Amino acid sequence: MKNLLGIVNGTARIIENDPWQLVADSESELPGSYQIVSVESWQQIWKNAGEELARRQVGVMLRPDDDPAILSPWISLLPVIALCFESFRDGRAYSQAYLLRSRYGFEGDLRAVGDVLRDQLASMRHCGFTSFSVREDKSVEDALKGLAGFDMIYARSVINPEPLFRRRQAPS
Amino acid sequence: MYRYDKYDHALVQARVAQFRDQVARRLSGDLSEEEFLPLRLQNGVYLQRHAYMLRVAIPYGTLSSEQLRALAQVTEEYDRGYGHFTTRQNIQFNWVKLEQVPDILQLLAQHEMHAIQTSGNTVRNITTEAFAGVAKDELIDPRPLAEILRQWSTVNPEFLFLPRKFKIAISSSDTDRAAIRAHDIGLYLYRGESGQMLLRVMVGGGLGRTPILNKMVREALPWQHLLTYVEAVLRVYNRYGRRDNKYKARIKILVKTLGAEAFAQEVEREWDQIRDSAAELTSEEYSRVALNFMSPSYEKLDSIDLEYGAWLARDPAFATWVQNNTQPHKVPGYASVVLSTKPGASAPPGDVTSAQMRLVADLAYKYGFSEIRVAHEQNLVLPDIRKRDLYALWKVLQAHALATPNIGLLTDVISCPGGDYCSLANTRSLPVARAIQERFDNLDFLHDLGGLSLNISGCMNACGHHHIGNIGILGVNKNGEEFFQITIGGAQGKESAIGKVIGPAFKAEEVPDAIDRLLQTYLRYREVEEPFVDTVRRIGIAPFKEQVYGSVPSQAREEENA
Repeated sequence: MKNLLGIVNGTARIIENDPWQLVADSESELPGSYQIVSVESWQQIWKNAGEELARRQVGVMLRPDDDPAILSPWISLLPVIALCFESFRDGRAYSQAYLLRSRYGFEGDLRAVGDVLRDQLASMRHCGFTSFSVREDKSVEDALKGLAGFDMIYARSVINPEPLFRRRQAPS
Repeated sequence: MYRYDKYDHALVQARVAQFRDQVARRLSGDLSEEEFLPLRLQNGVYLQRHAYMLRVAIPYGTLSSEQLRALAQVTEEYDRGYGHFTTRQNIQFNWVKLEQVPDILQLLAQHEMHAIQTSGNTVRNITTEAFAGVAKDELIDPRPLAEILRQWSTVNPEFLFLPRKFKIAISSSDTDRAAIRAHDIGLYLYRGESGQMLLRVMVGGGLGRTPILNKMVREALPWQHLLTYVEAVLRVYNRYGRRDNKYKARIKILVKTLGAEAFAQEVEREWDQIRDSAAELTSEEYSRVALNFMSPSYEKLDSIDLEYGAWLARDPAFATWVQNNTQPHKVPGYASVVLSTKPGASAPPGDVTSAQMRLVADLAYKYGFSEIRVAHEQNLVLPDIRKRDLYALWKVLQAHALATPNIGLLTDVISCPGGDYCSLANTRSLPVARAIQERFDNLDFLHDLGGLSLNISGCMNACGHHHIGNIGILGVNKNGEEFFQITIGGAQGKESAIGKVIGPAFKAEEVPDAIDRLLQTYLRYREVEEPFVDTVRRIGIAPFKEQVYGSVPSQAREEENA
């Protein structure tokens, strides 16, 4: 993917030469490596190909109304899960991300795709996203600023499982 | 008052810097209006009919004298010398310039205030009643938990793009004065048998196009689970609330569609997964926050003050004001004072000038521990006034149009700003409010009528809470003409109810007559000491309807059959 940001060893940076691609649905053929398919395709191909699918590097994309619980059987096999922001104003993917990380134990790359913009990146990171496919008409250098600087929140989040009140130091 | 520590300061400061950058990018064209819109809403900036409006949060309605002076300064330096207090304990500045908003926010931040999430599809300002911590009938002070909720919901990254706005109110008094039943989440705080703090969680209330009172989804929730339970409700809503239709996107529609029971089960299932987590509240955190809300050092006073008693006997106007505009205080010798922002035709409900703000700040400093509250009825409250100071206070308030003795009476009108300001409104609510206040300005008549709430909304969005007014007025626009539909029997508090439409809508100039007929009907049928709303409950709307429409033809009657 182009226009990609990622968190590498805790630091946000521009990712060059990312191999992953979103592919149009193909329910019969085994996808090539570094392809991200829909959850329906994944389920269908798994039926036919099973473990072979896991040996290839194949990722899955969830739409906002997909229940992330669907992926729990494969959670440790998946190198990438992409969550789609059909509009940046649609906040369902934040909850999906939280669930994938905190409830289903996903440890691979959690990627934001679609209407992904600078001013929402910090929230996405808090919810467990680790890469961000910034909308193509936007500058990725500019978007990187969205991951820089202050990001303290009060509540707990995927990256800060302890809420602030458990870490807060009394004024001295 | 809650005082910011270094974390609170850092967050609000960072937010000002972030929004300053976003405004600059909007002005330079880097951000499109579509991209900027949710960002400015999340910072309280609306585009109204004539100008930008900035809505500043007054968390659970508490202000210090210093903060109120800062608000006065904003109106003087950046606006037109007045502000508008809203039904959600916020203040709105109606004439700000976008490029100056970051400077205003900077000024507010220095005084521990912000405009974060006063708009947008986010968790909004947490509200409670204006007499929290001082009311005689209060069970537990709800402010510590309100503050804990404020912090939890502020910039909570998972819930900044909800299907629609989300309002939470918490109350803990015998008579609920925070309209909790009309909120997305209404929390009622009480004590269990062994004294532990418990919460009743009610979800799915709201006014707007589909007025619904919320339903109980959890009884006796131990307070430690407040945040996890609210998180569970919000996660269910964020995932399953409708996003295809703005008017069906509030959580009330989800609760209604699933049924309260199925919705509650869904929440419980989610909550089971998170209840025993780091988000469970600790006694240490409660104590840390509650320390900010310690009672001021009250004097030990007799509950009877002779001089005060003498003034009551000597000055009937003072006695009337005391009767109407003060509330019992939990501490002997003290009272809570309500300053009416509804003097009548001279100022729209909720509008307060900068001079008045400064005066109130000074009076709070002089007489009331520098504390001010904003009531959801759009009035201001001085919560801790010695009874012996009431007479002197009243004299000053009188001289500044803040002592109208009409709290809880017909002319204590609750109204949205309407079409004079708001770009959503399709009718002008303020002229109707004014006409009613002009028509019924006889205090003896008002006092004879007794407690009666009248709420006006300029459109279906119901910011004036017309559904829960004893008399509710809703502006509707028919082919470019303004009409006003009247409901009766609405109520807030423990006996909350949604008002019923009495019939076809009226033209603006017909409204005062219609109200007069409603009142005459009430006076005819009421039994001793029976408030308006109880009479409506007892005899139903038919007699009112008959009196209002029976003999007088209305120009509007054919226009709409409600």
